[in-house]
Amino acid sequence: MLSQFLQFVFSGVTVGATYALAALGFSIIYNASGVINFAQGEFIMLGGMAAVFLTTAGLPLPLAILIGVLLVGLVGLLVERLAVAPARNAEVVSIIIITIGVSMILRGLVEVTLGKGNHALPHFSGDRPITLGGATILPQSLWVLGVSAVVVAFLAWFFGATRTGKGMLATAYNRLAAQLVGVDTRKVLMLSFVMSAMLGAVGGILIAPIATTSYDAGIMLGLKGFVAATLGGLGSGFGSIFGGLVLGLFEALTAGYVSSAYKDAVPFVLVLIILLVRPQGLFGAKQTDRV
Amino acid sequence: MSGLAAAPTQAAETARSRWLGLAALMAFMAVLPLVLPNAFYYDVVIRICINAIIVLGLNLLIGYTGQISLGHAGFYGGGAYVSAILVEHYHVAPPLALIAAAVAIGATAWLVAGAILRLKGHYLAMATLGLGIIISIVITNESRFTGGPDGMSISDFSLFGLRVSGEKQWYWVFAGLLALAVVLAQNLIDSPAGRALQALHGSEIAARVSGIPAAKFKTRVFVLSAVVASVMGSLSAHYMGFITPGLAAFPHSVELVTMVVVGGMASIYGSLFGAALLTVLPQLLARFEGWETVIFGVILVGTMIFLPRGVVPSLAARLRRKEA
Repeated sequence: MLSQFLQFVFSGVTVGATYALAALGFSIIYNASGVINFAQGEFIMLGGMAAVFLTTAGLPLPLAILIGVLLVGLVGLLVERLAVAPARNAEVVSIIIITIGVSMILRGLVEVTLGKGNHALPHFSGDRPITLGGATILPQSLWVLGVSAVVVAFLAWFFGATRTGKGMLATAYNRLAAQLVGVDTRKVLMLSFVMSAMLGAVGGILIAPIATTSYDAGIMLGLKGFVAATLGGLGSGFGSIFGGLVLGLFEALTAGYVSSAYKDAVPFVLVLIILLVRPQGLFGAKQTDRV
Repeated sequence: MSGLAAAPTQAAETARSRWLGLAALMAFMAVLPLVLPNAFYYDVVIRICINAIIVLGLNLLIGYTGQISLGHAGFYGGGAYVSAILVEHYHVAPPLALIAAAVAIGATAWLVAGAILRLKGHYLAMATLGLGIIISIVITNESRFTGGPDGMSISDFSLFGLRVSGEKQWYWVFAGLLALAVVLAQNLIDSPAGRALQALHGSEIAARVSGIPAAKFKTRVFVLSAVVASVMGSLSAHYMGFITPGLAAFPHSVELVTMVVVGGMASIYGSLFGAALLTVLPQLLARFEGWETVIFGVILVGTMIFLPRGVVPSLAARLRRKEA
């Protein structure tokens, strides 16, 4: 009984950690620009696919991962420069359409160049499960959790202690005021896309050995990252992590105890209920309009 | 002063150009069959009409009222499946099934509208997206009723013993409905209710201060656009004869919103243009084998950057500037 429950918790937390990374990506861009980047899922997919193809091309795994993450960061920069920046003053709906267009371009390019197949990355340190309290956990899950924790700690330090990070937070809080005290908000925007893209890539690479990756893997992962970010409250770092983990747990427990067919519906039911009770998400700042 | 004096003539001019536009549309639809060579082309035009009518409803919500929905395919697919299930499993007459579907979908939309329309911007996008996806997952999983991912077939539409079947008959049905939808949308926009909706888009608080019951109007438009999608879903299910869960899926919701935004928000003929362009485009791009998604994406991004208000309103504004 308990060991089964523990098993569901392990798999839930593992998937939840990748949702959390995706949600952080959404939140960083949202903070810097007020934009929800519907191409975030594509960054996750690109990370996994890039690592897979660099390793099959003969690169050692650590190098493939490093180059993969940097490549996706570059893609993030290009997306911001070529598609988002030129439409600065457009309405929310228009910008949503732009990021959806970008996601189609990225997905299409991968489909054309790398094909439609499913790919798996080798496990980082073997795939023999470790027994823990009657349940088993893959070493890869520990990698997912460990690296996610390191990334979160890095982000906490970056936003809390560095000038650039504080500048990004200031921009999120009040763009004009940030400009007035000398924050280069244009750079903040570029940096936010690069960071989110790299975050997504890290998540995509970490999960690629467990859940295979393919050109269209980004759609559902992106949507769930968006759900996690909304659940926690858009723009809230802590909310994103919490939202991601809760989402992963709920999904795993539903799949285990209720119905695996309805597993994919869980995030959306959950987010609807939360939004009905708290329209700004669990940890989001309450919005007030100035008239 | 000159602005005030010009106002009545301008209104008269808009009214005249609207009737001219409608007459042109009807004439075009009446003559079109003469040049359509075969059933394939009929089918494309019919699909344009179906999308155009849904997009007209959705544009009332997105373009005029300023509320986003990423879940309308759920209402469209929902309407199609409720009709199909009632007709096939319970032998309900198709028109009754259509009405029942519209009532069911309308009631669903009404139930959630009150709560989710309080949300703004991206939170509303999330809530409608979630609602649409839930509907599509239910359709995929309840295979006893819906046939699951394999889809289900549905018989012809009939009313008082009159059966509609084949592309040529359906063409007239959908062309007629399109003209009707344009007339109704124009009337609604010019009515006090329509002005209230546009005021909501401008500033919800200002609208409320001037006495517009914002929540009530938003709910009504949301329900109206959902019912329009549901009715079109029922009819197109009968027309196609076979439906799959893809009708209700998220990518289709995105397609519908794309038609609104690319064609032109708050523009009736923009809706028609957007529906036509994005229905035909995939057919034209099919020959680029594999590259169609990329080209489609490039066109979306390009349109939004260079014609941010959508093709029709942006071009119309440019023409007007040239004249002046």
